[in-house]
Amino acid sequence: MAVAGLALATTAHADPLLDGGKLVLTNGISTLEGASGGGLASWATIAGMETDRGVGVSAHLTGIELADYGWQSHGVSVGIKDRIELSYARQNFDTRKVGAALGLGEGYRFNQDIFGAKVRLVGDTVYGSPLLPQISVGVQHKRSLDGAIVRAVGAASSEGTDFTASATKLVLSKSVLVNATARLTNANQFGLLGFGGPNQAGRTLQFEGSVAYMLTPRLVIGGEYRTRPSNLAIAREDDAHDLFVAWAFTRNATLTAAYADVGSVATFDGQRGGLVSLQFAF
Amino acid sequence: MPFALAFALLAAQPVADAAPQEDPSTIDWEKEFGVEKKVRDPVTGELPVDPYTQSPANAGATPFNGESMAKAFGGQDGIRKIVGRLVDLSETDPRISDIFKNQDTVRLRRTLSEQFCYLLDAGCTYTGRDMKSSHKDLGVTRADLNALVENLQQAMREAKVPFPAQNRLLAKLAPMDRDIVER
Ligand code: HEM
Repeated sequence: MAVAGLALATTAHADPLLDGGKLVLTNGISTLEGASGGGLASWATIAGMETDRGVGVSAHLTGIELADYGWQSHGVSVGIKDRIELSYARQNFDTRKVGAALGLGEGYRFNQDIFGAKVRLVGDTVYGSPLLPQISVGVQHKRSLDGAIVRAVGAASSEGTDFTASATKLVLSKSVLVNATARLTNANQFGLLGFGGPNQAGRTLQFEGSVAYMLTPRLVIGGEYRTRPSNLAIAREDDAHDLFVAWAFTRNATLTAAYADVGSVATFDGQRGGLVSLQFAF
Repeated sequence: MPFALAFALLAAQPVADAAPQEDPSTIDWEKEFGVEKKVRDPVTGELPVDPYTQSPANAGATPFNGESMAKAFGGQDGIRKIVGRLVDLSETDPRISDIFKNQDTVRLRRTLSEQFCYLLDAGCTYTGRDMKSSHKDLGVTRADLNALVENLQQAMREAKVPFPAQNRLLAKLAPMDRDIVER
């Protein structure tokens, strides 16, 4: 009988590895760069549905239809004890007809891999003092897979690393989530057009801000703004912004729809359109 | 864990064939170990608790001002119903039901109603213990707290409390996590 008691006791008290105990949506959605956050801005959130005693995983698939381009991102991330986030994302940027105009060939695709790591330093998005946000720092190492072409357009390098510091808080008394992120980066068009250029070779400090309003525990609307450097001489780069709706239609699946505007890309202005993103998180 | 159970049953088999011993179910283990039996109050149905100092500060937050929050929660009756539903949900929630076993949920229903009623400025005094001593040694985790918050959200939603008002109450409760989460 002692054996029976022991076996039952251990099964009843052991923490499951994937504890799935996070509050819905407090893992953020997946950004285009794979880190958890809004659609555009990296937040201080840690990916996955785990709490501080477990491990979580998530995967995303995002598509954006811009005026002249098609942009797609997919990736996976792991959250460890709601403390460390490791992420990978692949971006494919289809130049469609513009490819021919630029002499690359119609439908030429720019691709990049993004390896990210983020660590939560202090605070909690939901709990603790309302004055102490969740604060995380992160790195995103980006590798353009079009080295020869991005150097031909003037990029100093086909590889680069962004450093981020983010503060995120759900202000429950107002049902509002606020995020502010500082990013040191020299990425051109998120890195798709390489890193650095004639205007500016090194990293500059950029800002990402997000505000979201909770309509229900599973439905959030919001907007984001992201400043970006303009390092290349041949093509201007603008700030990006979006307006989004995120809906956790189950505990483990979130659908996001957004209107996104990234301004001018490779001399073609007014690149705005619709974003749809699906995220599964456990 | 059907495997563990099957294994445990198999493992238990030979023991059943062993020489008969005193049936453990007839032993009064509480007496054997000198555990004092607590008796429920015949009027309130509550078990006695160790003495503590009563103070509104035990509620762990300062109350709202004005009638709007109390109204959003349906006054004292509405609050009592929401708390009742929260405790019912939590006692049957497989994620956290174990924590409520062998606890005085008669008292919990009263004190938790008082706490919410006090915080919502619906006209009550909080007479319970502070959050740290109430949850001492319960071993509550962050995931347990999230589960309880989800149950509270369900109870408030069923009672048709507007979502912004739900969040305003949660804003009062969220900073209490440091006294409630132990591991
Ligand atoms: C912010 C969240 C919480 C609040 C405001 C809260 C409030 C309270 C209050 C007012 C009491 C009664 C104090 C007294 O009897 O004098 C209590 C006791 C209790 N709470 Fe919580 N609680 C919270 C979270 C939790 C969680 C997450 C759990 C477990 C999943 C939990 C389990 C219990 C239990 C089992 C008791 C009874 C303890 C006893 O009788 O000794 N509570 N809580």
